[in-house]
Amino acid sequence: MYSQGLIGADGSTDESQEVLAAFQQRIDAEEKIEPNDFMPQGYRRTLIRQIGQHAHSEIVGMLPEGNWITRAPTLKRKAALLAKVQDEGGHGLYLYSAAETLGVSREEMTEELLAGKAKYSSIFNYPTLTWADIGTIGWLVDGAAIMNQIPLCRCSFGPYARAMIRVCKEESFHQRQGYEIVMTLAQGTPEQKAMAQESLDRWWWPVLMMFGPHDADSQHGDQSMAWKIKRFSNDELRQKFVDATVPQAEYLGLTLPDPDLKWNPEKNGGQGGHDFGAIDWDEFWAVVKGRGAMNRQRVEARRKAWEEGAWVREAALVHAQKRAERNRLMTQAAE
Amino acid sequence: MAENETPLWEVFIRPRNGLSHKHCGSIHAADEVMAVQAARDVYTRRGEGQSIWVVRSADIIASDPKDKDELFEPTAEKIYRHPSFYKIPDEVGHM
Repeated sequence: MYSQGLIGADGSTDESQEVLAAFQQRIDAEEKIEPNDFMPQGYRRTLIRQIGQHAHSEIVGMLPEGNWITRAPTLKRKAALLAKVQDEGGHGLYLYSAAETLGVSREEMTEELLAGKAKYSSIFNYPTLTWADIGTIGWLVDGAAIMNQIPLCRCSFGPYARAMIRVCKEESFHQRQGYEIVMTLAQGTPEQKAMAQESLDRWWWPVLMMFGPHDADSQHGDQSMAWKIKRFSNDELRQKFVDATVPQAEYLGLTLPDPDLKWNPEKNGGQGGHDFGAIDWDEFWAVVKGRGAMNRQRVEARRKAWEEGAWVREAALVHAQKRAERNRLMTQAAE
Repeated sequence: MAENETPLWEVFIRPRNGLSHKHCGSIHAADEVMAVQAARDVYTRRGEGQSIWVVRSADIIASDPKDKDELFEPTAEKIYRHPSFYKIPDEVGHM
Protein backbone atom coordinates (compact mmCIF):
# COMPACT_ATOMS: atom_id res chain seq x y z
CA MET A 1 0.00 0.00 0.00
CA TYR A 2 2.42 2.74 0.93
CA SER A 3 5.64 3.90 2.48
CA GLN A 4 5.60 7.25 4.20
CA GLY A 5 8.19 9.72 3.11
CA LEU A 6 11.06 8.06 5.00
CA ILE A 7 11.15 8.68 8.73
CA GLY A 8 14.42 8.80 10.61
CA ALA A 9 17.04 6.97 8.57
CA ASP A 10 20.69 7.79 9.00
CA GLY A 11 22.18 8.32 5.53
CA SER A 12 25.60 9.29 6.89
CA THR A 13 28.42 7.25 5.46
CA ASP A 14 32.17 7.07 6.05
CA GLU A 15 33.62 5.79 2.78
CA SER A 16 36.36 7.79 1.06
CA GLN A 17 35.46 10.47 -1.48
CA GLU A 18 36.83 8.35 -4.36
CA VAL A 19 34.70 5.35 -3.45
CA LEU A 20 31.59 7.47 -3.05
CA ALA A 21 32.27 9.23 -6.35
CA ALA A 22 32.66 5.90 -8.16
CA PHE A 23 29.36 4.72 -6.69
CA GLN A 24 27.65 7.98 -7.63
CA GLN A 25 28.92 7.53 -11.17
CA ARG A 26 27.13 4.17 -11.43
CA ILE A 27 23.96 5.77 -10.06
CA ASP A 28 24.20 8.70 -12.48
CA ALA A 29 24.61 6.25 -15.36
CA GLU A 30 21.26 4.73 -14.26
CA GLU A 31 22.92 1.40 -13.47
CA LYS A 32 20.90 -0.70 -11.04
CA ILE A 33 22.65 -1.64 -7.81
CA GLU A 34 22.26 -5.35 -6.99
CA PRO A 35 22.52 -6.99 -3.56
CA ASN A 36 26.10 -8.28 -3.85
CA ASP A 37 27.45 -5.06 -5.38
CA PHE A 38 29.44 -2.60 -3.34
CA MET A 39 27.27 0.09 -1.77
CA PRO A 40 28.02 2.80 0.81
CA GLN A 41 26.90 2.01 4.35
CA GLY A 42 24.51 4.97 4.31
CA TYR A 43 22.85 3.74 1.11
CA ARG A 44 22.35 0.28 2.61
CA ARG A 45 21.04 1.69 5.91
CA THR A 46 18.65 4.09 4.20
CA LEU A 47 17.23 1.31 2.04
CA ILE A 48 16.86 -1.18 4.89
CA ARG A 49 14.99 1.49 6.79
CA GLN A 50 12.82 2.59 3.88
CA ILE A 51 11.96 -0.87 2.52
CA GLY A 52 11.34 -2.11 6.07
CA GLN A 53 8.96 0.77 6.81
CA HIS A 54 7.26 0.16 3.49
CA ALA A 55 6.84 -3.57 4.22
CA HIS A 56 5.51 -2.87 7.73
CA SER A 57 3.04 -0.39 6.21
CA GLU A 58 1.65 -3.09 3.92
CA ILE A 59 1.28 -5.55 6.79
CA VAL A 60 -0.24 -3.08 9.26
CA GLY A 61 -2.33 -1.71 6.38
CA MET A 62 -4.23 -5.01 6.33
CA LEU A 63 -5.72 -4.21 9.75
CA PRO A 64 -7.97 -1.18 9.11
CA GLU A 65 -9.51 -2.91 6.08
CA GLY A 66 -9.62 -6.34 7.68
CA ASN A 67 -11.91 -4.68 10.21
CA TRP A 68 -14.70 -4.61 7.57
CA ILE A 69 -14.34 -7.97 5.83
CA THR A 70 -17.05 -9.67 7.89
CA ARG A 71 -19.38 -6.70 7.49
CA ALA A 72 -18.99 -5.96 3.78
CA PRO A 73 -22.46 -5.16 2.40
CA THR A 74 -22.50 -7.74 -0.43
CA LEU A 75 -20.72 -10.95 -1.35
CA LYS A 76 -19.07 -9.17 -4.30
CA ARG A 77 -17.67 -6.44 -2.04
CA LYS A 78 -16.52 -9.03 0.47
CA ALA A 79 -14.67 -11.10 -2.15
CA ALA A 80 -12.99 -7.96 -3.54
CA LEU A 81 -11.99 -6.72 -0.08
CA LEU A 82 -10.56 -10.12 0.85
CA ALA A 83 -8.52 -10.15 -2.37
CA LYS A 84 -7.29 -6.62 -1.70
CA VAL A 85 -6.24 -7.38 1.87
CA GLN A 86 -4.49 -10.53 0.64
CA ASP A 87 -2.64 -8.37 -1.92
CA GLU A 88 -1.44 -6.07 0.87
CA GLY A 89 -0.05 -9.11 2.66
CA GLY A 90 1.64 -10.18 -0.57
CA HIS A 91 3.11 -6.69 -1.07
CA GLY A 92 4.52 -6.82 2.46
CA LEU A 93 6.19 -10.13 1.62
CA TYR A 94 7.69 -8.89 -1.69
CA LEU A 95 9.15 -5.98 0.23
CA TYR A 96 10.48 -7.98 3.18
CA SER A 97 12.10 -10.22 0.59
CA ALA A 98 13.75 -7.18 -1.07
CA ALA A 99 14.97 -5.89 2.31
CA GLU A 100 16.44 -9.28 3.19
CA THR A 101 18.77 -9.06 0.19
CA LEU A 102 20.48 -6.20 2.06
CA GLY A 103 21.48 -8.43 4.94
CA VAL A 104 18.69 -7.81 7.46
CA SER A 105 16.66 -10.87 8.53
CA ARG A 106 12.88 -11.20 8.52
CA GLU A 107 13.03 -11.99 12.23
CA GLU A 108 14.90 -8.76 13.01
CA MET A 109 12.34 -6.73 11.08
CA THR A 110 9.42 -8.52 12.73
CA GLU A 111 10.94 -8.01 16.18
CA GLU A 112 11.29 -4.27 15.51
CA LEU A 113 7.65 -4.00 14.46
CA LEU A 114 6.35 -6.01 17.41
CA ALA A 115 8.50 -4.04 19.85
CA GLY A 116 6.85 -0.87 18.53
CA LYS A 117 10.24 0.45 17.38
CA ALA A 118 9.66 0.27 13.63
CA LYS A 119 7.79 3.04 11.84
CA TYR A 120 5.03 2.48 9.30
CA SER A 121 2.79 4.88 7.43
CA SER A 122 0.91 7.20 9.80
CA ILE A 123 -2.32 6.69 7.84
CA PHE A 124 -2.91 3.25 9.34
CA ASN A 125 -3.20 4.68 12.82
CA TYR A 126 -6.59 6.13 11.94
CA PRO A 127 -9.71 4.01 12.61
CA THR A 128 -12.12 2.71 9.95
CA LEU A 129 -15.44 3.77 11.45
CA THR A 130 -17.85 3.22 8.54
CA TRP A 131 -18.11 1.11 5.38
CA ALA A 132 -17.48 4.29 3.38
CA ASP A 133 -13.95 4.32 4.87
CA ILE A 134 -13.15 1.18 2.89
CA GLY A 135 -14.03 3.04 -0.31
CA THR A 136 -12.13 6.16 0.75
CA ILE A 137 -9.02 4.14 1.63
CA GLY A 138 -8.98 2.44 -1.76
CA TRP A 139 -9.59 5.67 -3.64
CA LEU A 140 -7.33 8.04 -1.70
CA VAL A 141 -4.86 6.01 0.39
CA ASP A 142 -4.09 3.62 -2.46
CA GLY A 143 -4.24 6.57 -4.87
CA ALA A 144 -1.56 8.36 -2.86
CA ALA A 145 0.41 5.10 -2.71
CA ILE A 146 0.37 4.78 -6.51
CA MET A 147 1.60 8.38 -6.86
CA ASN A 148 4.57 7.51 -4.65
CA GLN A 149 5.23 4.01 -5.92
CA ILE A 150 5.33 4.57 -9.66
CA PRO A 151 8.60 6.52 -9.40
CA LEU A 152 9.92 3.87 -6.97
CA CYS A 153 9.76 1.37 -9.87
CA ARG A 154 12.84 3.26 -11.14
CA CYS A 155 14.64 3.20 -7.80
CA SER A 156 18.39 2.56 -8.14
CA PHE A 157 18.28 -0.58 -5.97
CA GLY A 158 17.26 -3.47 -8.25
CA PRO A 159 15.28 -5.72 -5.86
CA TYR A 160 13.24 -2.76 -4.53
CA ALA A 161 12.49 -1.51 -8.04
CA ARG A 162 11.40 -4.99 -9.17
CA ALA A 163 9.17 -5.46 -6.12
CA MET A 164 7.56 -2.09 -6.82
CA ILE A 165 6.76 -3.07 -10.42
CA ARG A 166 4.79 -6.06 -9.12
CA VAL A 167 3.09 -3.92 -6.48
CA CYS A 168 2.08 -1.19 -8.95
CA LYS A 169 0.49 -3.72 -11.31
CA GLU A 170 -1.81 -4.84 -8.51
CA GLU A 171 -2.43 -1.45 -6.91
CA SER A 172 -4.61 -0.15 -9.72
CA PHE A 173 -7.34 -2.68 -8.84
CA HIS A 174 -7.26 -1.38 -5.25
CA GLN A 175 -7.86 2.21 -6.23
CA ARG A 176 -10.59 1.41 -8.75
CA GLN A 177 -12.51 -0.85 -6.35
CA GLY A 178 -12.32 1.93 -3.72
CA TYR A 179 -13.53 4.62 -6.08
CA GLU A 180 -16.40 2.38 -7.17
CA ILE A 181 -17.48 1.90 -3.55
CA VAL A 182 -17.48 5.67 -2.97
CA MET A 183 -19.28 6.26 -6.27
CA THR A 184 -22.01 3.79 -5.34
CA LEU A 185 -22.52 5.58 -2.03
CA ALA A 186 -22.34 9.06 -3.60
CA GLN A 187 -25.04 8.10 -6.13
CA GLY A 188 -27.17 6.35 -3.51
CA THR A 189 -29.60 7.64 -0.88
CA PRO A 190 -28.92 10.99 0.85
CA GLU A 191 -27.78 9.02 3.91
CA GLN A 192 -25.30 7.02 1.83
CA LYS A 193 -23.97 10.17 0.18
CA ALA A 194 -23.60 11.79 3.60
CA MET A 195 -21.65 8.75 4.78
CA ALA A 196 -19.25 9.09 1.84
CA GLN A 197 -18.80 12.83 2.51
CA GLU A 198 -18.19 12.28 6.24
CA SER A 199 -15.56 9.68 5.44
CA LEU A 200 -13.83 11.98 2.94
CA ASP A 201 -13.85 14.77 5.56
CA ARG A 202 -12.00 12.56 8.03
CA TRP A 203 -9.42 11.06 5.62
CA TRP A 204 -8.47 13.94 3.33
CA TRP A 205 -5.89 15.64 5.55
CA PRO A 206 -4.30 12.45 6.90
CA VAL A 207 -3.93 11.30 3.27
CA LEU A 208 -2.08 14.51 2.35
CA MET A 209 0.23 13.86 5.33
CA MET A 210 1.15 10.47 3.83
CA PHE A 211 3.60 12.20 1.49
CA GLY A 212 5.67 13.22 4.50
CA PRO A 213 6.94 16.61 5.72
CA HIS A 214 7.43 19.59 3.41
CA ASP A 215 10.66 19.47 1.43
CA ALA A 216 12.13 22.28 3.53
CA ASP A 217 11.64 20.17 6.68
CA SER A 218 12.58 16.79 5.24
CA GLN A 219 15.99 15.63 6.47
CA HIS A 220 16.62 12.77 4.06
CA GLY A 221 15.34 14.12 0.77
CA ASP A 222 18.55 15.38 -0.80
CA GLN A 223 20.72 12.31 -0.25
CA SER A 224 17.91 9.95 -1.27
CA MET A 225 17.37 11.97 -4.46
CA ALA A 226 21.11 11.96 -5.27
CA TRP A 227 21.23 8.18 -4.82
CA LYS A 228 18.04 7.88 -6.93
CA ILE A 229 16.21 6.03 -4.22
CA LYS A 230 13.62 8.79 -4.59
CA ARG A 231 12.82 10.50 -7.86
CA PHE A 232 10.41 13.22 -6.73
CA SER A 233 10.24 15.27 -3.55
CA ASN A 234 7.43 14.96 -1.00
CA ASP A 235 5.85 18.26 -2.08
CA GLU A 236 6.02 17.43 -5.79
CA LEU A 237 4.19 14.15 -5.23
CA ARG A 238 1.62 15.76 -2.94
CA GLN A 239 0.88 18.41 -5.57
CA LYS A 240 0.44 15.78 -8.30
CA PHE A 241 -1.93 13.87 -6.03
CA VAL A 242 -4.09 16.90 -5.23
CA ASP A 243 -4.31 17.85 -8.91
CA ALA A 244 -5.30 14.30 -9.86
CA THR A 245 -7.89 13.96 -7.09
CA VAL A 246 -9.85 17.23 -7.42
CA PRO A 247 -11.67 16.22 -10.64
CA GLN A 248 -12.36 12.74 -9.22
CA ALA A 249 -14.11 14.31 -6.21
CA GLU A 250 -16.00 16.70 -8.47
CA TYR A 251 -17.35 13.82 -10.52
CA LEU A 252 -18.69 12.22 -7.34
CA GLY A 253 -20.32 15.48 -6.23
CA LEU A 254 -18.33 15.35 -3.01
CA THR A 255 -16.49 18.28 -1.46
CA LEU A 256 -12.84 18.13 -0.42
CA PRO A 257 -12.78 19.63 3.11
CA ASP A 258 -10.41 22.50 2.35
CA PRO A 259 -11.79 26.05 2.01
CA ASP A 260 -8.41 27.21 0.63
CA LEU A 261 -8.44 24.76 -2.24
CA LYS A 262 -8.55 26.66 -5.54
CA TRP A 263 -7.26 26.58 -9.10
CA ASN A 264 -4.11 28.57 -9.70
CA PRO A 265 -3.22 28.93 -13.40
CA GLU A 266 0.34 29.99 -12.53
CA LYS A 267 1.16 26.72 -10.78
CA ASN A 268 3.25 23.83 -12.15
CA GLY A 269 5.28 26.13 -14.38
CA GLY A 270 2.25 27.77 -15.98
CA GLN A 271 0.32 24.54 -16.60
CA GLY A 272 -1.95 25.31 -13.69
CA GLY A 273 -2.59 23.42 -10.51
CA HIS A 274 -4.38 23.65 -7.20
CA ASP A 275 -3.40 25.71 -4.19
CA PHE A 276 -4.40 24.03 -0.99
CA GLY A 277 -4.58 24.87 2.71
CA ALA A 278 -2.05 24.34 5.50
CA ILE A 279 -1.49 20.81 6.80
CA ASP A 280 -1.61 20.25 10.56
CA TRP A 281 1.93 18.96 11.09
CA ASP A 282 1.44 18.75 14.86
CA GLU A 283 -1.13 16.03 14.23
CA PHE A 284 1.22 14.28 11.83
CA TRP A 285 4.13 14.19 14.29
CA ALA A 286 1.85 13.13 17.15
CA VAL A 287 0.69 10.14 15.10
CA VAL A 288 4.23 9.29 13.94
CA LYS A 289 5.44 9.40 17.52
CA GLY A 290 2.79 6.97 18.68
CA ARG A 291 -0.11 9.13 19.81
CA GLY A 292 -2.56 8.40 16.99
CA ALA A 293 -5.98 6.89 17.67
CA MET A 294 -4.93 3.34 16.75
CA ASN A 295 -1.13 3.07 17.22
CA ARG A 296 -1.41 0.83 20.26
CA GLN A 297 -4.10 -1.44 18.84
CA ARG A 298 -2.20 -1.90 15.56
CA VAL A 299 0.97 -3.16 17.23
CA GLU A 300 -1.06 -5.19 19.70
CA ALA A 301 -2.93 -6.88 16.84
CA ARG A 302 0.37 -7.78 15.14
CA ARG A 303 1.79 -9.10 18.40
CA LYS A 304 -1.31 -11.20 19.04
CA ALA A 305 -1.15 -12.66 15.52
CA TRP A 306 2.55 -13.43 15.98
CA GLU A 307 2.10 -15.08 19.37
CA GLU A 308 -0.97 -17.07 18.37
CA GLY A 309 0.87 -18.32 15.28
CA ALA A 310 3.91 -19.47 17.28
CA TRP A 311 2.73 -23.06 17.62
CA VAL A 312 2.12 -23.29 13.88
CA ARG A 313 5.66 -22.11 13.09
CA GLU A 314 7.14 -24.48 15.67
CA ALA A 315 5.08 -27.45 14.51
CA ALA A 316 5.99 -26.77 10.87
CA LEU A 317 9.70 -26.74 11.67
CA VAL A 318 9.51 -29.93 13.73
CA HIS A 319 7.48 -31.60 10.99
CA ALA A 320 10.07 -30.55 8.40
CA GLN A 321 12.90 -31.97 10.55
CA LYS A 322 11.03 -35.25 11.07
CA ARG A 323 10.37 -35.62 7.35
CA ALA A 324 13.99 -34.89 6.49
CA GLU A 325 15.13 -37.47 9.07
CA ARG A 326 12.68 -40.08 7.76
CA ASN A 327 13.86 -39.50 4.19
CA ARG A 328 17.47 -39.86 5.31
CA LEU A 329 16.73 -43.18 7.04
CA MET A 330 14.83 -44.50 4.02
CA THR A 331 17.69 -43.57 1.70
CA GLN A 332 20.10 -45.31 4.07
CA ALA A 333 17.96 -48.46 4.18
CA ALA A 334 17.76 -48.56 0.39
CA GLU A 335 21.55 -48.46 0.03
CA MET B 1 13.03 -15.96 17.70
CA ALA B 2 16.46 -15.83 16.06
CA GLU B 3 17.55 -19.38 17.00
CA ASN B 4 14.55 -20.89 15.26
CA GLU B 5 14.48 -19.13 11.93
CA THR B 6 12.22 -20.44 9.19
CA PRO B 7 14.42 -21.14 6.14
CA LEU B 8 14.53 -18.77 3.18
CA TRP B 9 13.75 -20.03 -0.35
CA GLU B 10 14.29 -18.37 -3.72
CA VAL B 11 11.29 -18.56 -6.02
CA PHE B 12 11.39 -19.04 -9.81
CA ILE B 13 8.26 -18.86 -11.94
CA ARG B 14 7.66 -20.00 -15.51
CA PRO B 15 5.05 -17.56 -16.81
CA ARG B 16 4.10 -19.59 -19.89
CA ASN B 17 5.07 -22.86 -21.51
CA GLY B 18 8.01 -22.25 -23.79
CA LEU B 19 9.65 -19.71 -21.48
CA SER B 20 12.26 -20.47 -18.86
CA HIS B 21 11.73 -20.11 -15.13
CA LYS B 22 12.64 -16.65 -13.91
CA HIS B 23 13.62 -15.49 -10.44
CA CYS B 24 10.89 -13.38 -8.83
CA GLY B 25 11.74 -13.13 -5.12
CA SER B 26 11.95 -15.20 -1.99
CA ILE B 27 9.75 -16.58 0.77
CA HIS B 28 10.16 -18.23 4.15
CA ALA B 29 8.86 -21.76 4.70
CA ALA B 30 9.66 -24.69 6.95
CA ASP B 31 9.94 -27.25 4.12
CA GLU B 32 9.75 -27.60 0.35
CA VAL B 33 6.02 -28.47 0.26
CA MET B 34 5.06 -25.36 2.18
CA ALA B 35 7.59 -23.35 0.16
CA VAL B 36 5.77 -24.19 -3.08
CA GLN B 37 2.39 -23.39 -1.54
CA ALA B 38 3.61 -20.08 -0.12
CA ALA B 39 5.25 -19.18 -3.44
CA ARG B 40 1.94 -19.84 -5.20
CA ASP B 41 0.04 -17.59 -2.76
CA VAL B 42 2.59 -14.78 -2.81
CA TYR B 43 3.76 -14.71 -6.44
CA THR B 44 0.93 -16.09 -8.61
CA ARG B 45 -2.32 -14.49 -7.50
CA ARG B 46 -3.22 -13.37 -11.03
CA GLY B 47 -2.25 -16.22 -13.32
CA GLU B 48 1.43 -15.25 -13.48
CA GLY B 49 2.64 -18.81 -13.50
CA GLN B 50 2.46 -22.24 -15.10
CA SER B 51 5.20 -23.75 -12.96
CA ILE B 52 7.13 -22.91 -9.79
CA TRP B 53 10.64 -23.83 -8.68
CA VAL B 54 11.85 -23.18 -5.16
CA VAL B 55 15.41 -23.65 -3.96
CA ARG B 56 16.91 -22.97 -0.58
CA SER B 57 18.69 -19.60 -0.68
CA ALA B 58 21.58 -21.14 1.26
CA ASP B 59 22.15 -23.61 -1.59
CA ILE B 60 22.73 -20.95 -4.24
CA ILE B 61 26.35 -20.35 -5.19
CA ALA B 62 26.83 -16.91 -6.73
CA SER B 63 29.79 -15.27 -8.40
CA ASP B 64 31.27 -12.31 -6.59
CA PRO B 65 30.70 -8.96 -8.33
CA LYS B 66 34.26 -8.03 -7.28
CA ASP B 67 35.57 -10.82 -9.54
CA LYS B 68 33.51 -9.62 -12.46
CA ASP B 69 36.41 -8.27 -14.49
CA GLU B 70 38.67 -11.32 -14.35
CA LEU B 71 35.76 -13.76 -14.53
CA PHE B 72 34.34 -12.35 -17.73
CA GLU B 73 37.50 -10.85 -19.19
CA PRO B 74 38.32 -13.75 -21.59
CA THR B 75 35.06 -13.23 -23.46
CA ALA B 76 35.76 -9.62 -24.36
CA GLU B 77 38.83 -10.36 -26.50
CA LYS B 78 37.28 -13.23 -28.44
CA ILE B 79 35.60 -11.05 -31.02
CA TYR B 80 35.88 -13.87 -33.59
CA ARG B 81 32.99 -15.54 -31.74
CA HIS B 82 30.61 -12.99 -33.24
CA PRO B 83 29.22 -13.27 -36.77
CA SER B 84 30.09 -9.66 -37.59
CA PHE B 85 33.81 -10.60 -37.33
CA TYR B 86 33.62 -12.31 -40.74
CA LYS B 87 33.45 -10.32 -43.95
CA ILE B 88 31.05 -11.74 -46.49
CA PRO B 89 30.46 -9.84 -49.76
CA ASP B 90 27.04 -8.26 -50.24
CA GLU B 91 26.50 -10.25 -53.44
CA VAL B 92 26.22 -13.43 -51.40
CA GLY B 93 23.01 -12.15 -49.87
CA HIS B 94 21.83 -12.56 -46.32
CA MET B 95 23.80 -15.10 -44.31
